[in-house]
Formats: sequence, structure tokens, C-alpha cells
Amino acid sequence: MTQENTAMLKINNLQARVENGTPILKGIDLEVKPGEVHAIMGPNGSGKSTLCQVLGGRDGYEVTDGTVEYLGKDLFELEPEERAREGLLLGFQYPVEIPGVKNIYLLKEAYNAQRKHRGEPEADTFQFLKLVREKLQMMQMDESFLHRAVNVGFSGGEKKRNEILQMLVLEPKLALLDETDSGLDIDALKIVSEGVNKLRSPDRAIVLVTHYQRLLSHIEPDFVHVLSGGRIIKSGDKTLAQELERSGYQGIIEEAA
Amino acid sequence: MSTHSQDVEQLIKREYKYGFSTDIDQEILPPGLNEDVIRAISAKKNEPEFMLNWRLEAYRHWLTMREPSWAHVHYPKIDYQSISYYAAPKSKEDAPKSLDEVDPKLLETYEKLGIPLHERARLAGVAVDAVFDSVSVTTTFKEKLAEAGVIFCSFSEAVHNHPELVEKYLGTVVPSGDNYFAALNAAVFSDGSFVYVPKGVRCPMELSTYFRINAMNTGQFERTLIIAEEGSHVSYLEGCTAPQRDENQLHAAVVELIALDDAEIKYSTVQNWYPGDEEGKGGIYNFVTKRGECRGRNSKISWTQVEAGSAITWKYPSCVLLGENSVGEFYSVAVGNNLQQIDSGTKMVHVGKNTRSTIISKGISAGRANNAYRGLVKVVGGADGARNYTQCDSLLLGDRCGAHTYPYIEVKNPTAQVEHEATTSKIGDDQIFYLKQRGISEEDAVNMIVNGFCKEVFGELPMEFAVEAQALLAVSLEGAVG
Repeated sequence: MTQENTAMLKINNLQARVENGTPILKGIDLEVKPGEVHAIMGPNGSGKSTLCQVLGGRDGYEVTDGTVEYLGKDLFELEPEERAREGLLLGFQYPVEIPGVKNIYLLKEAYNAQRKHRGEPEADTFQFLKLVREKLQMMQMDESFLHRAVNVGFSGGEKKRNEILQMLVLEPKLALLDETDSGLDIDALKIVSEGVNKLRSPDRAIVLVTHYQRLLSHIEPDFVHVLSGGRIIKSGDKTLAQELERSGYQGIIEEAA
Repeated sequence: MSTHSQDVEQLIKREYKYGFSTDIDQEILPPGLNEDVIRAISAKKNEPEFMLNWRLEAYRHWLTMREPSWAHVHYPKIDYQSISYYAAPKSKEDAPKSLDEVDPKLLETYEKLGIPLHERARLAGVAVDAVFDSVSVTTTFKEKLAEAGVIFCSFSEAVHNHPELVEKYLGTVVPSGDNYFAALNAAVFSDGSFVYVPKGVRCPMELSTYFRINAMNTGQFERTLIIAEEGSHVSYLEGCTAPQRDENQLHAAVVELIALDDAEIKYSTVQNWYPGDEEGKGGIYNFVTKRGECRGRNSKISWTQVEAGSAITWKYPSCVLLGENSVGEFYSVAVGNNLQQIDSGTKMVHVGKNTRSTIISKGISAGRANNAYRGLVKVVGGADGARNYTQCDSLLLGDRCGAHTYPYIEVKNPTAQVEHEATTSKIGDDQIFYLKQRGISEEDAVNMIVNGFCKEVFGELPMEFAVEAQALLAVSLEGAVG
């Protein structure tokens, strides 16, 4: 497998809508290679979240045209859990609360589901704890986090840190982060960004979906795409984000129109 | 009395038609209920006079009673004359003395149910009193228990070998006329378990009974009596399962627990009677009366139940807290799928001073099931310092099922403290998607959430049964989502 130059994710003319609703994605083209960090930016209602949900495999969306290839496979042939086990992980904009289920339990089950999928032996509790403790430190999270119910009673910042903790433990090939910066104060933003930066690696791709440029001053992207009206209307390098910051979305949208 | 003679005639006719068959595998009384049937049951079991009289008294009382209709369950009228009230495996004639003598077919059935008697006997140190329909088939570990002075045997044996204990305690917690189904049970019960733990003895092992309804069209009416003398301790587990039949079958059991000074009884149930099919066809009608009396100071009775089966569950394991400082506990998981109906809960009656009770109820509804918690916390005038904590949570899967809560609180003492907390939640698509997007299958995701919801109750079960209970929930909720 020489993936150096081949795309890990190939999105071709992707069109999608909420089931029986109006079209939201109207032809997205995007290629992501290992080691790259892409930022997808756009105003509210541009289709950012829909793109994440469709790639993550959420029910309730209908793909009306186009293809998505992930690691050479048709992504839409894979169930959400298969996508996750194959290394495509979605960081949620609104992480879901699951009462009664401890964080450590979810992490361990998810970790072992992945190992099982790869034909590797499941990790025992001691091996796993050792691994998780390292990652907790990276996220400056206390060990008590592990024994709290998943996201229950977590502050906005804690929830987002928890998402990145999961990423650090599960080590995805493609991390898709949906508005990971929303609802974070400056300190939390810094911690979360540091976590994402630790995820960066030559064989891993990261796609950041964000509304604001401020995240990109902590995580430097290789590519920036502007999503508007369900299409990518402009792509560029990190300077595009700075341009956005100066002239706002309206300027770019008008320029593209 | 004309109806009575009619009944007799009917019985005779039926006997003519069906007869007592000896060439089939089961010995079954023909369907129908009257005093002659009760005499026949008592005679078959070779019971002493006091038992027959007790049964007859119960039967006569039952005739004056009406089937209760207050529960949140619906079912066609039960025809009590179409039920056969006694069935015994044919091997009863030469009752097995050890496991080797037990019909291998029977043991095979137990294996399928995941109750390997040999394994249990050898490894787990669990004494299993297996009740196959109405007659106790085998009792293991009797000797070891005897060494400790613990009596653990079938009810029939107790009637013969310890009549003084049976006569002294039988019906003292659940009187023969307590309620419709308890009265029916008292009249026709065929077997069950008996436990007596003498003063100061800590029972050296978990006691366990597996009940199983096997014969068609027979009701099972077992009766269990557990007596814990001063300072003794016993943990008892019953597991129940029944094969699949299209007809509904009636199960009306009674359990009586008696804890004297400083004694503790822990009673755990994993109930998995056949719930009927997806359309609600068939399944067990489970109408059970379970009650414990904390008669002594500092005594404790704890009920833990996992109710996963039965078409209808009508069951309220209760504690009457008579002794000062006595403690009652009720931990329950009740899960209903498809068209199952559950009306279950508990009664905690505080009579003694400084009595305490805890109720943790977890109801899970899926499919088109209806699940009701019905509970009573009662504090009488003299129960100074009584305390109760009740937590009652419902979890819904899908949008066609129902959860209902009927908590009754009656407090006659101003020093009492009674707390009630209740929540209702739903397994959301977003929760399932979140877990799936972490690589966890939908089934595992549901199990994870359900087990999380139930863990306070599972924590009360003995370890190996907690694992079994989790597996049981997974099976019960198969296909409940998606």
C-alpha cells in the first residue's frame, strides 16, 4: 500500500439532502491525502454539518448523486460502525450524553471493537488503563473523567476535550472534526487545539469543519476550503482563512458568484 | 351445592375421556378445579391432614373472591376450569437419589437453558433444587447443607420431614386468603422450595432453584418458604424459564420469607418465562405474590429481581418491617418487548421503629410493551424514625411502548422521611449513532445503554447471575431498535 500520493478520501460531486427535504449538498469535490490537514469553513447553513453527518453515516440523510471513496472503498457501502473501525471517526459538534455508561467503558469497547476488526487481540484492562492515562495527560484531564458517565454533566469544554481524548485513544486514519471549537473559551480552545495537533501525523488526515478562523490560529491547516450553498466555492492555503477573517464570507461568496 | 355436584360430574366425565395416563411421559390431572381435585393433589402428595384442611379452606375462600382488575394489564378472561392443576414427570415413582439417576433428557434441557447442574454442583458450589413442573427432581449439596444444619428441600419433602416447621410458618406471611392468586396457589400448589436456616448459621453457599414449566396446559403453582432464625444469613436465587407454546399458561406462585432477630435474607430472581411471540400470541401469565416479614430486630430482607419474560407480569415483592431497625430493599429491572405487559413494584410497610427501606426500580419498555411500576410505601403511626428512599426510572425504546408509574405513599408518623425520585428517558437515535460512530455495533450500543441504566440493580445480583442477567436483557431486546 503506497498511499503517499493517493487520496485517502475522494469526494466526487457529492449531492445530498435531508430525507425527502430540499437539497443541501449540491456537488462537493474534495480529495484528502494522508498527513494533510484540511479546514472547511463556511457560514451557517452552508452544509458543513450535513457533510460531516453524511460522511459519518448518520441516518436521515439521502445521497442523491456522486460518490465518496474512502481507502479505495465505496464509503456508502459501509455502516457507521464499519467506517469507525476502518479509521474514519467523526468528532461531534454536540457530543451526546449517555447516562449510566462510564467513559472508560465506552473507550475500551470502542478500542477493542477496532482491534477485533483488525484481527488483533483485545486489550485487557491494565494495558488499556496505561494507554488511556497517557492520553488523559495530553488533554489535561483528570482520571475522574474516566468514571463519569459519557458527557453527562460535562461542561461544553469538557465535552469537546472528551471528543479529542477519544480520537487520541482510537487513533483514526481520518479524523473529521465538526465545529470542535464551538462553545470553547480561550483556555479550552488551546487545550483542544493542542490535542488536535498531537493527532497530526504523516499517515493521518484531519478535516476541520469550522465557522471561525480562530481555531486555525492554533491548528495550521494545509488547505482551506470555503463552503457555501452546498458547494466548495473557493480553495486555497492557510492565507485564505486570513482573507476570510478580513473580508468575511460575504466578500468571498460575491467574488465567487 | 348443585354447582359442586356438576363439577364432580364434569370431572368424572373428563376422567373418562382423558383418564390418568401412565404410558405418557407426564402424569397429569385432567383439567378442572373443585374440592375433589384438591383432595386428589393432597392425596398424591400423601400430605398430612393439616395440609389438606389448609388447602380446602383456601379453596373455599377463593370461591368467594374476585379476580383483581386494578392492574394496568389486559388479557382475556382466564377459564380456571380448563387448566390442569397437577403434572409430574413420570420418573417420580422412583425418585432419583442422585444426578446419575436423573433422566438424561431432562438434564439436556437444563443444559440448553444454561444450567449445567454438574458444572454448578462441582464448580460454583451452588445447590440447585431443580423443579421440573411440579415435582422436585433433584437436590444437590444437601449433605453439605445438612452439616451446617440448613434445611433446603422441596416443599413436599418439608411437609413430610419437617411438618412442625411447615405448620408453624406456612401462610403466616401470605395468608391463604391474601389475594385471589395467592388463595388459588394455597389451594392447589404442588411443590416448591423450603429453606430453614438455624440460629446463628451463615448458609455456606448460595441456594438456587430453577423452575420450569414444561407440560402444556398446566398451571404451575409453586410455593416457597424461607425461614431465617436469629442471626442467620441466607442468599437464595430463583431462575425461571419456560418453553414456547401458543397457548397462554398460568403461573401463580407464592413466596414467603421470615427473618427473625439480626437475620438476613437475600432473594434474587431472574425471570425469563416465555413472553409470547411478536404478535403477543402465547406466553406465561405470571401472577405472583412475594412477601417477606422482618419479624426480628435488625433483620433485613432484600429482593432483587430481573423480570424479562412472561406475557403478563403481576408481581410486587414486599417487605413488612415489624422489627425495630429492620431493613427492606427492593431492586428491580423489568423489561418488556413486543406485546408484553408488566405491572410490578413493591410494598414497604414500616411498622417497627427506625425501620428503613430502599426501592430502586428500573423499567425498560420496547416494541409495543407496557410497563408499570406500582409501589406502596406505608408508615404506620408507631413507626418513629422510619425512612424510605424510592428511585423509579423508566427507559423507552421506540415510540410505541409505554411506561407508567403508580407510587402510593401513606405516612401516619410525623417523624418519617420518605423520598421519591422518578425519571423517564428514551434511548435516542443520536445516542445510538454516537456509539456506532465509535465502532460499536447497534446491538452492543443498545446493550451498553440498557446495562448502564440497570447497573445499580445488577450490582445487587450475585456475580455469575449478573452476567446471566445482562445476557438475558440482550436477548430480550434483540431487534428492539432499528
